[in-house]
Amino acid sequence: MIVELGHFSLILALGLATSLTLLPAWGVQTRNLTLMNTGNSIAAGLFVFLLVSFISLGYAFSTDDFSVNYVARNSNTALPDHYKLSAVWGAHEGSFLLWTLVLTTWTFAVAMFSQQLTVDMRARVLSILGGLATGFILFLLLTSNPFERSLPVYPAEGADLNPVLQDFGLIVHPPLLYSGYVGFAVPFAFAVATLWSGRLDTAWARWSRPWTNIAWAFLTVGITLGSWWAYYELGWGGWWFWDAVENASFMPWLVGTALIHSLASTEKRGVFRSWTVLLAISAFSLSLLGGFLVRSGVLTSVHAFAQDPERGMYILVFLVIVIGSSLTLYAIRAQGIRGGAGFTWTSREALLLVNNLLLVVATGTVLLGTLYPLAYEAFTGGDKLSVGPPYFAAVFVPVVMVLFIMMAPSPHSRWKNTAEGFKLRRQAVYLLSSMVFVSILSLVFAEFIPVVVLITGIAFWIALNLADDLWGKLKYKRKKIQALVRQPLAYYGMCLGHTGIVVSIIGVCCTVYFSTENDVRMEPGEKLTMGEYEFSFQNMKKVTGPNYMADQGEFLVTAGGRPVITLYPEKRVYSASGSVMTEADMDPGIFRDLYVALGEPIGEQAWAVRIHVKPFVRWIWFGGLLIAMGGILAVVDKRYRSRRLREVTEGVPSEP
Amino acid sequence: MMMNRKLLVPLLVFALLMMLLAFGFSLRDPHYLPSELIDRPFPAFALADLHWPDRELTEDAVRGNISLVNIWATWCPNCLVEHPELMRISSEEDIPLIGVNYNDESAAARAWLNRYGNPYEFSIVDDAGRLAIDLGVYGAPETFIVDSNGVIRYRHVGPVTREVWGEILSPVIKQIGTPG
Repeated sequence: MIVELGHFSLILALGLATSLTLLPAWGVQTRNLTLMNTGNSIAAGLFVFLLVSFISLGYAFSTDDFSVNYVARNSNTALPDHYKLSAVWGAHEGSFLLWTLVLTTWTFAVAMFSQQLTVDMRARVLSILGGLATGFILFLLLTSNPFERSLPVYPAEGADLNPVLQDFGLIVHPPLLYSGYVGFAVPFAFAVATLWSGRLDTAWARWSRPWTNIAWAFLTVGITLGSWWAYYELGWGGWWFWDAVENASFMPWLVGTALIHSLASTEKRGVFRSWTVLLAISAFSLSLLGGFLVRSGVLTSVHAFAQDPERGMYILVFLVIVIGSSLTLYAIRAQGIRGGAGFTWTSREALLLVNNLLLVVATGTVLLGTLYPLAYEAFTGGDKLSVGPPYFAAVFVPVVMVLFIMMAPSPHSRWKNTAEGFKLRRQAVYLLSSMVFVSILSLVFAEFIPVVVLITGIAFWIALNLADDLWGKLKYKRKKIQALVRQPLAYYGMCLGHTGIVVSIIGVCCTVYFSTENDVRMEPGEKLTMGEYEFSFQNMKKVTGPNYMADQGEFLVTAGGRPVITLYPEKRVYSASGSVMTEADMDPGIFRDLYVALGEPIGEQAWAVRIHVKPFVRWIWFGGLLIAMGGILAVVDKRYRSRRLREVTEGVPSEP
Repeated sequence: MMMNRKLLVPLLVFALLMMLLAFGFSLRDPHYLPSELIDRPFPAFALADLHWPDRELTEDAVRGNISLVNIWATWCPNCLVEHPELMRISSEEDIPLIGVNYNDESAAARAWLNRYGNPYEFSIVDDAGRLAIDLGVYGAPETFIVDSNGVIRYRHVGPVTREVWGEILSPVIKQIGTPG
């Protein structure tokens, strides 16, 4: 009964989404204020019905209702309760329901928090979001209905959730990632609404900034978590695979990063208007494209559990309608968006433009690497080919290196023209001292590798410049603490975001160059020495989990004779599906991770064992979290709100 | 209205991208099969029997009768989806089912068959995936119709459902079965 309620609720939501698309838009066309204002309440209703629908599916999981196909395929009575919850979005139908729920949540939030928007603008934005919701709900109902039952005959037991997904990371990863993906729908809707209205001022940039920042922060956390999850759950010890699905989330992030920077220029200086609109459209388009790549099975990947070739066509058509029409609108309307104040090539505008171009080029390289195998197949008529990390190392890395170098002096830049901000001699001193400092660190603690010194040196150079800029703001103030507090939060957001990049660069660089990995055959009693660490394989035993059986190894790790930790990697066999999973065990640390994973049993006693020592690997994800916090801090900044209040009292101010 | 040509560039890029994706999509069409495989003999192999690891199976094992060769694995959710229909075919239809256990662990595979039932006459252990490569398998499940001379006559990608049996496989088998 509850399941039918959820299904019915979804059908009602389709009706609401359709009216959200049509009514406010009709109001705009006929200048009917009442119709324009219907958007708010419809958006609220849409959110509620989607929520009911989602909770109903959760209820079906929690009560083990295996007459529902989706539940039968993705759950099991022995599945622990918290995984029953995450199983709701463990496969295609449910994850799309979550995706749609997130979209309606954003839509509702826009309706709630955009009271200061002009009535017609809000109507347009909500109508566009409603259109997207209509497409998604239709997709759910037509091709991927999670509420479908198999009656009267249904299985007594479910097939269990894919064991790869039975993990904490997978409980939180998809909701965060989707919040990011779908969050870009909001700046997209603002951009398209601006094109639609033809009122091509900079106000839309002001409205979009907080939404873009939040979506981008969610996406950042989502990607970071995904990388962390891949590291500890997939059992390969890698943290990024340049896999098609990872790339699909990385591309909107890169463009989103460009968008955040370009929105600043557009809002503050009125420049790059059409460019910013294009970025807003692109960020969401790439999110949708990511959805297509993941769902359609056009590209194969480690995320293959999410594939389904049958549904790809719908998404392809949806993409053509949504992106095609918005880009057509862009081609017709965008010319008027040009304009804004002039600037010189040493201004902040110019730096931000270069930042944008580099980020877009970086996105292009990722897109090319992701789609090249497909293009190759197309032109050669069926030959297959895979593009791996070497391509990305050769093409993507140089582009971002230039980006990092540009990042260093950027805090000192000023709008319009940076006359004296750069102080070349000081920059040279900073760069040199960073390099020397890093060289000494490497010589003392590791070994001197020129590339590592160069990259981490640049990272320190960026950090030094951030510190210098902050100090420059306090230098002449008597009450320094007070001055520190008075700095706008958005400024700290920038500092935190850039610091996060610094931390991540150091993490990536050290992990790549200093990791030691060994795949060896070991029997209980044997030892392996890696650097200062000695791993000794104590014994193997059988253990039983709630829905699996496992072989568990015991590894004592010692350093210089002193015990560090005992690790218990497992090889699990899940009873319902018979799937075999490697559960690595690791000792996390600020400066290094110790990682042991069991491979296959070889002979009577011996096992293939994978042992890694990975220095600084945590820094990669810690940096990611800092970046996201930076994004959120900027949104919390009061200036966003006070400026909006001024707008209400004074009307839309014209840019100077 | 005069249009700035430069503003059309994003649209054109997008159109090219969509053409590529549409093409890629057509390649992944469930009924797409490289034509060179049809009407070719089943690739040669020498692999173990899942339940009798000492017994070596070769391509001769798929000759003699029209048979269905089904690629399956315990890690493949859709294999569980098609499983009831395979059970029905093995008990009700007059055609032998041969399994190819693909990229799997034999112990887990046997446990899986014990748990859900075994529709196969025998299962070929393709733990290294070599046979699957020779067959051009995209992923499990896939089902091949092989005639009595050991020649591949049809390939189906994706789960075998009641409809797939009734509308696709069964007619092909009937057509092959009628001499001519």
